[in-house]
Amino acid sequence: MSKPVHSGTRTLISPVRLNQPGGRRIYRIVLGTTLVVSTVVFIGPLYWMATGGFKSSQELVRTPPTLVPEHPSTHAFTEAWDRLGMGQLLLNTVVYAGGALLLQLIFCVAAAYSLSKLRPIFGNVILGMMLASMMIPAAALVIPQYLTVLDLPLVHLNLMNTPWVIWLPTVANAFNVFLLKRFFDSIPNELLDAASIDGAGPLRTLWSVVLPLSRPILGVVSIFGLVAVWKDFLWPLITVPEHETLNVGVNTAATSMPQNTLIAGLFLASIPTIALFLVFQRNIMAGLTAGSLKG
Amino acid sequence: MTTTLTRGRPGAEEARTRAPQAGGHLRRALARNLRAHAFLIGALLCFALFTWYPMVREIVMSFQKVRYGETHWVGLDNFRQIFADPEFWPAWRNTLEFTGIALFFGFVAPFVTAIVINEFRHAQSYLRILVYLPVMLPPVAGILLFKYFMDPGYGLFNQILEFLHLPTSSWLASQDTAMFSLVIVSTWANMGSATLVYLAALQSIPGELYEAAELDGAGLLRRVWHVTVPQTRLILSLMLMLQVVATMQMFTESFVLTGGGPQGSTTTVVYMLYNYAFNFDKFNTAAALGVVLLLVLGAFSALYLWLERRGGEE
Repeated sequence: MSKPVHSGTRTLISPVRLNQPGGRRIYRIVLGTTLVVSTVVFIGPLYWMATGGFKSSQELVRTPPTLVPEHPSTHAFTEAWDRLGMGQLLLNTVVYAGGALLLQLIFCVAAAYSLSKLRPIFGNVILGMMLASMMIPAAALVIPQYLTVLDLPLVHLNLMNTPWVIWLPTVANAFNVFLLKRFFDSIPNELLDAASIDGAGPLRTLWSVVLPLSRPILGVVSIFGLVAVWKDFLWPLITVPEHETLNVGVNTAATSMPQNTLIAGLFLASIPTIALFLVFQRNIMAGLTAGSLKG
Repeated sequence: MTTTLTRGRPGAEEARTRAPQAGGHLRRALARNLRAHAFLIGALLCFALFTWYPMVREIVMSFQKVRYGETHWVGLDNFRQIFADPEFWPAWRNTLEFTGIALFFGFVAPFVTAIVINEFRHAQSYLRILVYLPVMLPPVAGILLFKYFMDPGYGLFNQILEFLHLPTSSWLASQDTAMFSLVIVSTWANMGSATLVYLAALQSIPGELYEAAELDGAGLLRRVWHVTVPQTRLILSLMLMLQVVATMQMFTESFVLTGGGPQGSTTTVVYMLYNYAFNFDKFNTAAALGVVLLLVLGAFSALYLWLERRGGEE
């Protein structure tokens, strides 16, 4: 009657077992349970956050809780937007994340291209030193990094509360350089030589031969670069207290807000990255496996 | 020497035949290297300023103290001070407790979830998006949301427990359950990435291995143990190491949810480091603690690499 459960490759449970009447029933039950449980666990809190903003503070702390807002009101959302200064927080975060992304793309791509194709002397030593920094736990270096941006060596600039303090350290991302270099290594040298015989210099070759071929890896690096700045906490907390990121700003304002305004604010703060994820989820999934499996 | 300079660049070989004089050749190699380093310089400066120099500076700082604006060498004083701090050992115990519980959940849960999802012929991409959604939230948003759920009075969690006639918990308010509550938040927010990585690893296991195991009469659990685990061993151990290093640096959850309390029961090593520097203005003491953290995690990474290499040779 019902179609056999389709299977591509063989996994833990054999297709034969799965397609016996008993097997199929068990499969349905497990699938159904998993779907319900994981929807409740992962979407449930988000649902509570989204609907919580429509409730009054009294309704939010009521026992038993209400599943659907009784008298939905958007008041908490406008209030949260104003009290958090959400517009400013959002703008700050976009500037930090966008600039960091741009600088990472320029400098990490240039470095990876140089290490992969131009191969300067000491290139391997430099690559080794970059990769070794992946072993350093970020939080352990926060103190000397903080003192460094307070008074930059040689030039004696104070970067505190400027976007540079977020932008520049993100360029020192060994994982980006590694991913990009590995990708560039897979581009055949003959292609580059053809370009150089046609009279293209290294910059021209990078721009019109290498980069067009590297779109997938550039997408991966970009998305993770954006998200990393967006989610960072300790570093923006100590370096840009006067121009906070969304993540830090929400925490600063949290203590002084009524419950429903806070919940509404959390929801507003979550929208940008959730939207980004839903739009780019395919690239993000691909990036996760590309980055970690062979890395 | 020259062969290493021009290795892998047939174009440069041609250039050399066109310029017969040795001087021209040297100049070319020099120009080529300068150009290559010009491409490197931006990233190189950033690495130098924000990774390599701070690394050296942290070690130097940890042996110094600043009094009235003057820097003195004080030997191991900073280290003596942190070891004598009554919060030092509790902070390590708290950190290890978090790491331990977080591994038990954060390591097992994604692996089991991935194995289950991988068996499904339906809804795989829906489940994938589902587990990864929390990863994309700004961490503070997820954390504060759970603070609301974990309120001992009106919080959703206790109301659900009451509804099911189960004992309720005081969650973040009690020393005994605070750390455990932080693990719940952290696992919910972070397990998505590990799950997707395992899922990709599971999909590369050849089906014949399961068939062979089944012919040999291996049941479900034995197939997991004798096929799935060994086939994903590399990625499992890599993720284990990354998770240990990440959870040992836990700070945000404590800072936002509990402020290190109650009674210091969630003060982690990084939290202590933050307090030294930004609440007590003792940057050199904080640097010494940073060095200790570096050494501990460095030793752990080295142990991992050594075990991995030995495993590879067998």
